[in-house]
This record gives sequence, C-alpha cells and structure tokens, in this order.
Amino acid sequence: MIDDLPTDRAEHQPDDTGYFGDFGGRFVSETLIHALDELSEAYGRWRRDEEFVQRMDEDLANYVGRPSPIYFAQRLSEVAGGAKIYLKREDLNHTGAHKINNTMGQGLLAHYMGKKRVIAETGAGQHGVAAATVAARLNQSCMVYMGDVDIQRQAMNVFRMRLLGAEVTGVSSGSATLKDALNEAMRDWVTNVDDTFYVIGTVAGPHPYPEMVRDFNAVVGREARRQMLQIGDSLPDALVACVGGGSNAMGLFYPFIADQDVRMIGVEAAGQGLETGKHAASLCAGRAGVLHGCRTYLLDDDAGQIQHTHSVSAGLDYPGVGPEHAWLKETGRASYVSVTDDEALQAFHQLTRLEGIMPALESSHALAYGFKLAADMRPDQSVLVNLSGRGDKDIQTVANLAGLEL
Amino acid sequence: MTGRIKDCFSTAKTASRKVLVPFVTAGDPDPEWTVSIMHALVAAGADLIELGIPFSDPMADGPVIQLASERAIERHVDLGNVLKMVEEFRRADTTTPVVLMGYMNPIVRFGSERFPSAATRAGVDGLLLVDCPLEDRGGLGVAMEDAGLDGICMVAPTTSRSRVETITSNASGFIYYVSFKGITGAGQLDSQGLSDPVNQIREFSTLPVAVGFGIKNAEMAVAVAEHADAVVIGSALVQVLAAAATEKAACAMAASLVAPVRESLDNMKSGVCPGQTEKT
Ligand SMILES: Cc1ncc(COP(=O)(O)O)c(C=O)c1O
Repeated sequence: MIDDLPTDRAEHQPDDTGYFGDFGGRFVSETLIHALDELSEAYGRWRRDEEFVQRMDEDLANYVGRPSPIYFAQRLSEVAGGAKIYLKREDLNHTGAHKINNTMGQGLLAHYMGKKRVIAETGAGQHGVAAATVAARLNQSCMVYMGDVDIQRQAMNVFRMRLLGAEVTGVSSGSATLKDALNEAMRDWVTNVDDTFYVIGTVAGPHPYPEMVRDFNAVVGREARRQMLQIGDSLPDALVACVGGGSNAMGLFYPFIADQDVRMIGVEAAGQGLETGKHAASLCAGRAGVLHGCRTYLLDDDAGQIQHTHSVSAGLDYPGVGPEHAWLKETGRASYVSVTDDEALQAFHQLTRLEGIMPALESSHALAYGFKLAADMRPDQSVLVNLSGRGDKDIQTVANLAGLEL
Repeated sequence: MTGRIKDCFSTAKTASRKVLVPFVTAGDPDPEWTVSIMHALVAAGADLIELGIPFSDPMADGPVIQLASERAIERHVDLGNVLKMVEEFRRADTTTPVVLMGYMNPIVRFGSERFPSAATRAGVDGLLLVDCPLEDRGGLGVAMEDAGLDGICMVAPTTSRSRVETITSNASGFIYYVSFKGITGAGQLDSQGLSDPVNQIREFSTLPVAVGFGIKNAEMAVAVAEHADAVVIGSALVQVLAAAATEKAACAMAASLVAPVRESLDNMKSGVCPGQTEKT
C-alpha cells in the first residue's frame, strides 16, 4: 500500500505567499497570477480528496510500478570499503526515471481540473517523455518544448515523445537548452492559459509548483524511509541525490527533514570543473536571484543575465534550482557538493560493471559522490543514493564520448 | 507619482490629448543610438518613453523584443548603461517621463535597495517589472517608495476584480492594462473588449490607464485610445528599428512610425474618453 499524499508539516511548508524563507514566490507576469491561484486552489482541494488520492495510489502501484525497491549494492560497497551503499531504484519506474511520479500527479490534477491540453518543457527528454506518457493515457493533447541543442543530443527521446502522440517544438533562442524551453513553455501558457495545464518538470517555477512537485515526488522518500527501517532497523546515515532543478533530491529528502541525524547531500553538475565556468552548479557556485518564477540560487553574470551552463547530462544542465533547496542550503539542513563530467562518467561505468545496473548520467553524479562519501565512513554506517533514472537514454552520449559511432 | 509622469498625464488631459508611449529596448540595435532615438520619438509626438532593460530570459516577450534583448546583451548593455542613457537623455529633455520596463534579475544584481535612488538620480520616473507582482517586490518596493520611483502595475484580462482593487490601490504613475492573454508582439487585439476591463480599473482608481501589447499602427492605436488614456507601441517599433543600418536611419524610421500615430490620435473626434470628466 502506498501512503497518502503528505500531510502538512507546518515548519516545512512554504508560507501563504509561497516562500521558503527568502526563496520562492511568484515572479510571473500578471496574466498568470490567476492561473496560479486556480492551481493552488485545485491542488489544495484534490490532494485531500479521497478518490483522487486513491486513483493516484493505484496508478503509482499498477502503472508506474511502485514501490521501487531498495537495493544493497554489495560489490560497489566492497570497492568503496566503508559504509554500505544502498540504491533507491527509481530507474525501475515506468519510463525509466522518477519524473513520472510528478507527471502522474500533475496529469491527473489537470484531468480533474478539466484541462484537456498539457504543455511541458524538457531538457534530457525524460520529463517530456513522462509527460507525454501520462497525456497519452489520460487522452490529453500534449506539447513539449525542447531546446534545439537538446533535441540533437537526445534524439531518441524526441522520437519517443512523438510516438506517444506529443508534439515536440524546438526552441532556438538563448542557449537552446532547458532554460529556453522553460521560457517558451511559459509563453505558451500565458497565451493559452484558459485551457492549458503547464506540467513543470522539477521543483522550480512559481508557487505552488515547488511544493506540488516535491509532494508528488515525496513518495520516493516515504518508501525509502520505511524500507530502510525494514531492512536494517535504522535510518541511513546519509542521503545522496543529484540536483538539476532538484525534484528527485527533494522527493527523497523531504520525508527525512525532521530526522536530524540523517545527513542530506545534493550533488550538482560541476561539468568541466567549477573553476572553468563550464558547469551547472547553481547552489555551489551561484547566488540568489530571480529566474523562472521564483527567487532562488542561480548562475548569472554581473549584469544579471542568466548564464549558459554545461553538463554532460542534459537533465542537470540548468542555471537555476528549486527554491526549497536554496532554503535547505541556507538553513544548513542539507549540504550541496558538485561532481565533474569525468567523475560522473566513471561512476556510470563503475555501477554498470560492478552491479549490472546502468545509471542515468544525472544519477551518476549522485553515485560518484555517494561512493566517495561511503569510502570515508564506517562499515556499520549506510549511505542511500537515489538512482533517479536509468542510463539507456545516455548510451549515445557515452558512446560519442568514447569516440564511437553507434 | 513623480512630477514628470503626473505632469505628462495632467497636461494631456487638459489638452484632451492621448498619451503616446513608444517602447524601445535600451541599446538596440546600437547602444550609441538609443538616446538619439528617444529624442526622435519625442520630436515625432511621443509623450512618455518606455525603455526596455535587456534580459537574457524574457519570458513574457515575443520573439521581436527577445531578439532586441539579445542584440543589446551582445553589445554588453547592462543596467548601469541603461541609467547612463537616461541621464544623457535628460540633458536635453527634462520633461518627457521615462519608465524602465524589464525583469527582476538584473535589478537584483544591481542591488534592489540601491537601484531606485540611482534610477531617479539618472532621471527615471517609473519602473515596470514584468515578472514581479506587487506582493513579491519585497525590499525593492520600499526603496522605490523612498526614492519616489513610480511602481507601474499591470492588470491583465485574467486579473480578478478583487485583485484589480488591490493592485490599483497600491499602484502609482499609471496602470498598464495588458490587452490580451499572450506575449508582446502577438495576437489580434480586440479593442471592443477593452471597455469593460478598463472601466473596472477606473471604478477603483483615478490613475490614468495605458493599454499595451499588440498595438501595431495608427488605426489600432485610435481604437484603443477610445478606451484608454495612453497607448503603448512596442514590438512594431522594435521590429522597424532592427532593420536600421545607421543612427540617422533609425531615428527617421522611429519618427515615421510614431508621427502618423500621433496625428491619428490628435484627430480623434470625441475629445473625451471614458473616465475623463474634464473638458477644455
Ligand atoms: C534521471 C534523471 N535524474 C535527475 C534529473 C534532474 O532533475 P531533478 O533535479 O529535478 O531531479 C533528470 C532530469 O531530466 C533525470 O532525467
């Protein structure tokens, strides 16, 4: 049985105006304020509706395949030579990543709100695929915005979305990656606000998205908490998750926030190295500003122009981050580190060879850090790494980096 | 309300004149031309100038203004440069109000607390933040009030009645009514549909109402001005300027777009628009 959607824990909710401390808010054009009010109201209502919750639980169980297992990576742990490394297997979900937990929730909400058209932005294509999948099942028309650069490097996912019946629109402005896709989706939403539901793919954007996307992904942390207690009769000593916008990390962290002894570590993309400027580490190397509807940490230049980012993994290639992470960083409840392209690739190969599990390049960032961390810990301790997605989508990238043509 | 915006609208009201507001992106197509373009616009009949602050991620703008932003950013135009342009404009024009329009992040980076006083010192009269509703202004709002920088607020077709009341009671300068659901430069504007929302604003506020988004020519401007005190012309002008090869050409093109609009607005028969009670 799957838990209810999380009940309020006042101290960990955004305030009435959508702020986690100094971060969050609704930095959007006036035209969208009404739509956000409507969304807040609908979400507040349906999340407590018995039928909605039951349908959500059924879909998560029978369609997504939840609960996802916790796997003890024995060989990996032996090589690390320290703490036990456990993996939360979000890679085993339908469509291959945690993203579907959220699109299932938002798609269903759109359905209950009577919206027949959904739009989404995507970077790696994982969220786009997850949105297109749910739209197909709920008979919603689906438009996905994707940067031209990402369309190039994730051609397989583009075709997957089209097979699912979604329309994929390329975005050529700016850096032609995820941030620009998000701008374009916002423009679509402003224009078609009456009949369109915007399915945002991470814990960023204007209130109530950061809270709502977190809640839909919190099933990851709730399951993990219960599973770890069943397995070892104790909570893990540390949680490790990669952070692009931050949805898989928030989903894992959230149910553990009150467990003060559990360390929470978010891993950002250091790309070619923080010192090169070619990275996507907004929390580690950025500062507070306003992007895509919220006040949060971001990467910008001295004029306040948003910078182009770099990561080998398209899903982490984003110059902002969810506002709740900014807040967890400032309060010190979570800490944030970064891992380079090379380290992530090494972790990709390591897990593939040692455990026969091919991780997404995004998740490989978490694995790389989790491995280092475990090596410095005691054998009676444990590290839980969120394996947010599987690596099938990245095979092309990995081959190209090795100089191979598939 | 600062002196210049207030004076502009009261003078116009006395003269039964519609306020014409062109929008240009600061630094586009060439940072050296912006001040001359502003003067040319005034000479051709503009009453108030909206100057766009370039931003890399203009979510509420269509491709025309987005590209203008990109061109200006390529020329390294930052908020400091924009203020210098206004300062230079003020040396020759001390009466035409200038409103800066843009997004929040460049302001944050400049310093939300210090920006308003720097702006008024440079001769800026108002600030319109596309992605920052009243509730989210925080320290910036306080600093704007202290500096006497008008916070121009937008009202959209989707804005609820109770929110219109809140917005109008906190706004200063004028109210900017967004004529349709969409991004700048898009859409087919329905001027008939303006009557109700503009009247609703006037129920709660005596501030002048400007209408913008999608006004491309004199005919549309006149249709809008039946309801509004001011009309904004943005993308149409930016589009024209993008093609200019020289400063002189840019100024001439700007003038030739604005002058016929001015003339048509002045030829409007009624002389009174809804909400205006004084006749002269
Ligand atoms: C497998 C996987 N993990 C992580 C991410 C990063 O997103 P987030 O930080 O929101 O979890 C993505 C995004 O596409 C992804 O596909």
